[in-house]
Amino acid sequence: MFQKKAKIMNSLGIHARPASMLVKLASNFESTIELEKDDIHVNAKSIMGVLMLASEKGQEIIVRASGKDEKEAIDSIVELIEKRKFDEE
Amino acid sequence: MKNKIIRGIPVSPAIVIGRAFLHSQKDAAFTRSKKKGNIDEEIFKLEKARKKSLRQLRSLKTELKKLPTSEPVRLIDVQILFLQDPLFLNSVEKRIRNNQESAEESIFNLLESLKSDFEEIPNSYISGRYLDVKDVGDRLLRNLNDEEIEMELEGRNNIIVANRLSPTETAQMSIDKVSGIVTERGGKTSHTAIIAEALNIPAVVGVSGLLNEVESGDEIIVDGISGIVVVNPDENTKRRFEQKEKEAKKIQQEFLKHKDLPAITLDGYSIDICANIELPMELAFIEKYGAKGVGLLRTEFLYFTSDSIPDEEVQYRFYSKIAKMCSPDYVIVRTLDLGGDKVFKAKAKEEANPFLGWRGIRFALSNEGIFKTQLRAILRASSMGNIRLLIPMVSQVEEMIEVRRILEDIMEELRKEGHSFDENIEIGAMVEVPSVCLLADHFAKVVDFFSIGTNDLTQYALAVDRGNKRVSGLYDHLDPSVLKLMKMTIEQAHHNNRWVGVCGGIAADIVAIPLLVGLEVDELSLPPSYIPQVKNVIRGLSLKEAKELLEQVENKESAIEVREFMRNELLKRFPSLKNILLEVEK
Repeated sequence: MFQKKAKIMNSLGIHARPASMLVKLASNFESTIELEKDDIHVNAKSIMGVLMLASEKGQEIIVRASGKDEKEAIDSIVELIEKRKFDEE
Repeated sequence: MKNKIIRGIPVSPAIVIGRAFLHSQKDAAFTRSKKKGNIDEEIFKLEKARKKSLRQLRSLKTELKKLPTSEPVRLIDVQILFLQDPLFLNSVEKRIRNNQESAEESIFNLLESLKSDFEEIPNSYISGRYLDVKDVGDRLLRNLNDEEIEMELEGRNNIIVANRLSPTETAQMSIDKVSGIVTERGGKTSHTAIIAEALNIPAVVGVSGLLNEVESGDEIIVDGISGIVVVNPDENTKRRFEQKEKEAKKIQQEFLKHKDLPAITLDGYSIDICANIELPMELAFIEKYGAKGVGLLRTEFLYFTSDSIPDEEVQYRFYSKIAKMCSPDYVIVRTLDLGGDKVFKAKAKEEANPFLGWRGIRFALSNEGIFKTQLRAILRASSMGNIRLLIPMVSQVEEMIEVRRILEDIMEELRKEGHSFDENIEIGAMVEVPSVCLLADHFAKVVDFFSIGTNDLTQYALAVDRGNKRVSGLYDHLDPSVLKLMKMTIEQAHHNNRWVGVCGGIAADIVAIPLLVGLEVDELSLPPSYIPQVKNVIRGLSLKEAKELLEQVENKESAIEVREFMRNELLKRFPSLKNILLEVEK
């Protein structure tokens, strides 16, 4: 298992479009991937889960993965959130 | 009822005669299955409905990709992901297995519980996404009762009659080869209106009382040119509309051919014809209908899509994009006009008289933070093209002085930060309150231009609330008093070397065009689809005769007289407009 923290950078938070980007990206990996915020854990491959996490700008979430591509999965998801800012900024 | 005529707002200028199909937003309660199968049967039913929904959404997505905007495609993406979401599907399945619910019940109950979960999310931008979930849930429910949905596809010339339609439902209409759309709710800038226009589906929206008058199977005429709906027309009416449809089609194609010619009168008086724009997806219409830039860019939608204030960068990118696209033509950005009928969710306060209350510049000056953010974004974008600034709901000279003071401060800030902007950006005031007309000479000293918003000017001049059925009959922007106020403004403005535009509904009212020419307005801004026909009228007139017409109209004492007179005069000069001007008896 492998995990990293990521801070939400885009101003509108993880609303519908970023959520679908994240789910699509996560679904490309074999590993089980979960997101955690305030003790709530959700499956990163579930749009319902990701939306219900209600992550807003400035908040930190933990991205956790286990499986053979776990490291790669974490890196690309953290990059989407922090560096690419969901291509919104 | 025979030949029932109802009026609404025309949004997609074409006419169709067909059969009404009532599109009810069926509540889950309605579709709850009467007989429940065993667990496996229910799960099989669910899977079938899920696959069908996926197929529908995918073909919808293909169709939506043809639209000039990607926003609806994103909506569909979220819904597709829901139908593939293990968590969502497991929750439904669990309800069927453990609670012995039918497939319909399980979806209905899951939607209800998700609704309350979403409502607890404080960020309304995210919690608003419940609507997407509901949209996909409703689709599943409809597909579980599939006889209902198939009916829509039967036969030709289906006219969808609904209370309102979601953007995805509207887009679905194009796949279903729907011939026309009529909705009880919605306005000119609703998603239904914009998508219907982009897809060339004749449509009338905002038809109040619609659902009480129409039943499925009724014959119905949708006139998207005049905003008229006729339920069960008699033979005579039908013949007239069939004729109007044929002629209108011919004329509009003719107009469209000349859309890029300049709007110059026979004796050489030239007027800029610009587009009113609100949503990003409307930008494609600028080119399509031959607009010369944007005469009114409404910015409220930026604020409505979320409860949080859109930040400077989001706004800057939006304004820059449009400025670049239209350059060298100008884009007039109107600062936020909140209040009145456009209540700002985050700041909404109840007022006894919202139209006489805290709206437009009054709201902006007491929320300087929000206002300054917008002004900074607009100023910065002014370096990317030709941007002009327009201030709404001005009633006092002092307000414009205050705006100029704030702008000076911001310009100083931007210089210090090293941002470039147009140092000579033109600043204008909306003319909506009669006080501006009466004191136009004073206002001319503090503005670079005026833009007359006839919808509000008419409402304030006549003390008529357009939305109030009991008095809305008194509302007409051709009222001689309104024309007189416009004349005062334009004379004073020109006397002080200020130019004047008109951006209200009057600019798309074809019988009013000669009068606007006679008033020597410098610019007209209107919904893009009306541009070709307005240009055609301007090009067929001389300024001299327009002034003579105006003079004759000044002797009339009511809007009814003015309208009747102008209709006849216009028909004398443009017999081909006969069918566009065709009215039905009330």
